[in-house]
Amino acid sequence: MDAQLPALVIVVPLLAALLVPLAGRRAAWGLVALALLLAFAGCVRLLVRAHALPEGEAIRYALGGWAAPVGIEYVVDRLNALVLTMLSGVAFLVALWMRRSTAREIRPPAVTGYYSVFLLMAAGLMGITITGDVFNLYVFLEIASITAYVLIAMGRRRQALYAGYSYLILGSLGATFILLGIGHLYMATGTLAMADIAAVFAREPQLYDSSVIRTAFAFFTVGLALKMALFPLHGWQPGAYAEAPSATSVFLAATATKVSAYALYRVAFTVFGVRFLETGLPVVRDALLVMACSAIVVGPLLAIRQHDLKRLLAYSSVGQIGYVVLGLALHNADGLTGSFLHFWNHAAAKGALFCVAGALAYRAGTTQVAALKGLGRRAPLTAMLLTVAACSMVGVPLTAGFLTKWYLARGALEAGQWAVIPVLLASSLFTAVYAWRLLQLAWFADEDGPVAEDVPWSMRAPSLVLGAACLVLGVAPLALPVAQAAAEALL
Amino acid sequence: MPDAGGPLLPPAGPAAAVPGPAAFADVLGWLATHYNYAIYILLMMIGLYAVLAKGNLVKKVIGLNLLQTAVFLFYLSIGKIDGATAPVVWTDRPPGAEGVPYENPVPHVLMLTAIVVGVSVTAVALALVVRIREAYGTVDEGEILASDEAQEEAESARAEAQEAAADAAGARE
Repeated sequence: MDAQLPALVIVVPLLAALLVPLAGRRAAWGLVALALLLAFAGCVRLLVRAHALPEGEAIRYALGGWAAPVGIEYVVDRLNALVLTMLSGVAFLVALWMRRSTAREIRPPAVTGYYSVFLLMAAGLMGITITGDVFNLYVFLEIASITAYVLIAMGRRRQALYAGYSYLILGSLGATFILLGIGHLYMATGTLAMADIAAVFAREPQLYDSSVIRTAFAFFTVGLALKMALFPLHGWQPGAYAEAPSATSVFLAATATKVSAYALYRVAFTVFGVRFLETGLPVVRDALLVMACSAIVVGPLLAIRQHDLKRLLAYSSVGQIGYVVLGLALHNADGLTGSFLHFWNHAAAKGALFCVAGALAYRAGTTQVAALKGLGRRAPLTAMLLTVAACSMVGVPLTAGFLTKWYLARGALEAGQWAVIPVLLASSLFTAVYAWRLLQLAWFADEDGPVAEDVPWSMRAPSLVLGAACLVLGVAPLALPVAQAAAEALL
Repeated sequence: MPDAGGPLLPPAGPAAAVPGPAAFADVLGWLATHYNYAIYILLMMIGLYAVLAKGNLVKKVIGLNLLQTAVFLFYLSIGKIDGATAPVVWTDRPPGAEGVPYENPVPHVLMLTAIVVGVSVTAVALALVVRIREAYGTVDEGEILASDEAQEEAESARAEAQEAAADAAGARE
């Protein structure tokens, strides 16, 4: 059982996705939650096992007994164990949270279908993370993308259809670029297994000067940047997050773009190698630095002028993905630690904030920012959640967001990129502006808004777990050693 | 690495700044042996143009399909060897078949998967277009955006009117 764990964490949600439409309405939700709970337990076990291994080793699982490079291999090391735990944990919490929310937002006959597609997407995202084969990565990427288009288009308003369509066009464009990148990589190295490609590069370092390899890396970077909505390629994202059903927004915003960012880390560090980033094609690294910094500043700046809470949070996500990519551009231990911490920190904070938006949609039927009025009196726990998560986004000390910025700032100083420091400060300032607007409405508005009472406990409890994570990850040294170990393993 | 024989890229002539007749001959020679790569780039650009520039949602999907087909062609080209046979295990080899190279089967297999993915994406895209046509009555991007804008303006106007009415009621009290 333990030996089969890497395959099981993918297979269990995948099989459950097939069974869900066959189960009844009530049993369907139980099945989703159970499958994701099992996957989460498996991922935690994998995290523990990956950390018990000596430095530089990983759990390797040959699917069907066909060893790489002929077969497909699943690899769990310290970095993707961290991402897997985040993914399955958030998926499980959202599964708990979404029962009441989907009952209200999705037509009853479509609910089981929604659950099934949701599970497929979770399995796809975890597959991207766990695989050690570049073409398998593309296949899982498409599984996660096609399901995401469907989950977005199931929103209540007709705008959701167009938002899903726009994401489909741009997402497929990105995926095609990634496929071309894989093709060029295969053309020059003759293999698809990540470890094998890395071995080819180690054997023949002159490949780094080959224009085929450079083209491959450029295709990967552009394709994945499109998928992770890295500024200025974020066009699809605000509409998609704003129009999707609440449960989709929570899950997508907390996980999806970060998995694409993880894929870029995996491709850049494991497949191409750090040396390629430094000497092979430094212009891409510099471009990523500029894009990440622009995202960090422009995202919150655009968020300030939004009137719809989900759209506001979506623009804030445009900024937050910048933090995740910044570590890649800095590529030193502290910078990477900051970015890896952000995989967890942002999942907790943005997940919690979208839960608040979902609570508004549930109780008030609208996600306008103005509907937050009087939330502190009518729904104190949800207002607390909003406060903690917003503080984490700003980076107030003792919250998780502070650790991210601290380590990114240290990494920037170490890399000699002084310009990053004012960028981080400005971004905190802009984030504080929109966060304050939300908190002021929630706590200090004179009149009451449309929210009459707090959401049911089945929604409140999972979202409070996310909120608590923002504090626990900031205070207890829980994530830090994990992120540091992941950073050291890559370099 | 399987290859069609000659170098993959046209060799750069010594006088690169002013392409002489020799450089043109090189390019022509490359085209003669590697024209499939030229077609792939051309197809891809046509597809990209359709995806980005066309306003009709169905035409965008067609553009996406062209783009994907171009990638298929690219993959199949890198697995192609001139004069090679299919990678089939012969139990009784025909005379003269020994020593004949076989083509790389891996790109073909990869493209089978990619074709399945492409079909799925197209299916979802067309399903969305049908739903969009039902909801908006059009498949033109510009008209959809204009219709959304009009709806949003109407909604905000209604909200403002309601607020004004509530204020007026509050003032009367």
